[in-house]
Amino acid sequence: MVALQKVRFYGLLMTLVAAVSLAAISIGSTRVEWGTSVQVIAAKLLPFWFSLGDVSHADQVIVWLIRVPRVVVAAFVGGGLAVAGVLMQGLFRNPLAEPNIVGVGSGAVLGAVIVFTSGLALRFVLALPLAAFAGALFALAVVYALANRGGTTPISTLLLSGIALAALLSAISSLLISLSIVNFNVAEEIVFWMMGGLDSRSWTHVWVSGPFIVLAVAVSLYYGRDLDLLVQGEETAAALGVDVEASKRMLIVVSALLTGSCVAVAGVIGFVGLIVPHVARLVVGPSHRPLLISSALAGAAFLIVCDLLARTLRPPTEIRLGIITAAFGAPFFLLLLVRKYREVSLP
Amino acid sequence: MTSLVALAMGTTRSGRQILSDITLDIQPGSVLAVVGPNGSGKSTLLRCMGGLLPITQGTVTLCGRPLNRLHRTEIARSITYVPQETRLDFAFSVREIVLMGRYAHRGRFERLRQSDEEAAGQALLRADVAHLADRPATGISGGERQRVLIARSLATQAPFLLLDEPMASLDVVHALEILELCRSLAADGNAVAVATHDLNAVYRLADRVALIDAGRLLAVGAPSAVLTSENLGRAFGVRAETLYGSCRTPLLLFHRLKTATGDHS
Repeated sequence: MVALQKVRFYGLLMTLVAAVSLAAISIGSTRVEWGTSVQVIAAKLLPFWFSLGDVSHADQVIVWLIRVPRVVVAAFVGGGLAVAGVLMQGLFRNPLAEPNIVGVGSGAVLGAVIVFTSGLALRFVLALPLAAFAGALFALAVVYALANRGGTTPISTLLLSGIALAALLSAISSLLISLSIVNFNVAEEIVFWMMGGLDSRSWTHVWVSGPFIVLAVAVSLYYGRDLDLLVQGEETAAALGVDVEASKRMLIVVSALLTGSCVAVAGVIGFVGLIVPHVARLVVGPSHRPLLISSALAGAAFLIVCDLLARTLRPPTEIRLGIITAAFGAPFFLLLLVRKYREVSLP
Repeated sequence: MTSLVALAMGTTRSGRQILSDITLDIQPGSVLAVVGPNGSGKSTLLRCMGGLLPITQGTVTLCGRPLNRLHRTEIARSITYVPQETRLDFAFSVREIVLMGRYAHRGRFERLRQSDEEAAGQALLRADVAHLADRPATGISGGERQRVLIARSLATQAPFLLLDEPMASLDVVHALEILELCRSLAADGNAVAVATHDLNAVYRLADRVALIDAGRLLAVGAPSAVLTSENLGRAFGVRAETLYGSCRTPLLLFHRLKTATGDHS
């Protein structure tokens, strides 16, 4: 893609993110005027230049304390999961890798479930993201070690080891949940959380996940060119000058950090990391730096829209966010899988 | 003084000795062919010389400096290695693939410079893939892919080229083109090492041949001195008959040596 085209495309995506954010902030059980939303945001961000004027206190609370943080978390999580997807597809050299498919999501869940059931989650805020991160890192390291065959990861070993590990980790999670079922509140909280959702997310959640996700995306961009070479095979990458082991280690840690932070604030949200990079790749091509930037932006827009659907399709109850993304994602994944096997079976 | 020298080099993998006591230099201005039976260690030899596999005995030095003390980018600017097979699952264009050869010459966030574009452009032309430049590398034939990989390694402008079976998947014409390309690269002062199974191509390809068997260097020297019936019998278990064609290049004709067990030793 030509440089100017690329910049235009990023601009388009940013406009899209802004537009869907504004829509998500204004639409809901209580309708807020677009102009009011913009005014509240402007006044909160730049208090010296804009005033709140005669905006009602209720609207201020709805916009600034309820909807904006929720949209910001959705943007971080959507962008973070999409970037995690790009990284895993690069690391595994396989366009079908995705945090949940390769079992990394289940690792993060197990970490989180341990923190929930032990009561640690209530004691300090960082326990949940840290545990989710540790679980994700553990799962990713195991799947990578199992699926890596001389520098490539055949799809069969990748999927099989991902499925097996996910099943094992989920079983341990289920065991912990069933043991804690006597405390119905905790169990209910965990089960709901596992279906993914952004209900009642506040600025705390933004601060708990945002910095990690931003840092991880920045590091990914730093390694963008290494990824381009790594997907050509580890030996080739090394021959062309990449410090393969160092890059790989860093990228594994970063993907786990992304998955862990996202799972910690949003629960399990599948398929974002698969759909978004695929669509982005169709537009910007396989080169990783533009792919990472456009996936981050498109992922943010996608999840904001999904979350808007989740809370407006069946009011007053919310549909869990993980259900919405899976409803989009699972058929998409099957389509890709069928196409991939057709390609492979061609003579 | 530029040189790439292995001295009493050996390597083991999971406890098994793959190469031992290899002393060999790759000289600027000439082509070295590395030949030997399947599994004799030809690819491993090239990888060790390129610093891509750790060696466990002896040394490999680039201009007098041990490879394991050099940074990967430093090695990549001097030595380029073309593997036998590269998977291309991601639809990079041929030009993008060739530009990857410039990795070690550019900073992480540096834009492409004129020199990068020129190096890639010349490499595309030299490997005869310029007409494919804008095609996705996932949609080209096996032979074209091999030439694209060679173009990528030419784009590095490294003076030492290590090619693993570069002619294996090519038809007669393109194999000859690669052969001529290797010769002309050597004529430009580069040092070229080629692992190959095509013993007959060696006479036209190489100035020197290294014959490897079971991880040991059996013989090294001019093709006519190394590819003797005795050496080939020891390494491959074949009897070689030397014919002379119209172009005065020897042509080897092979017959299986029948031993008591039906196996060679």
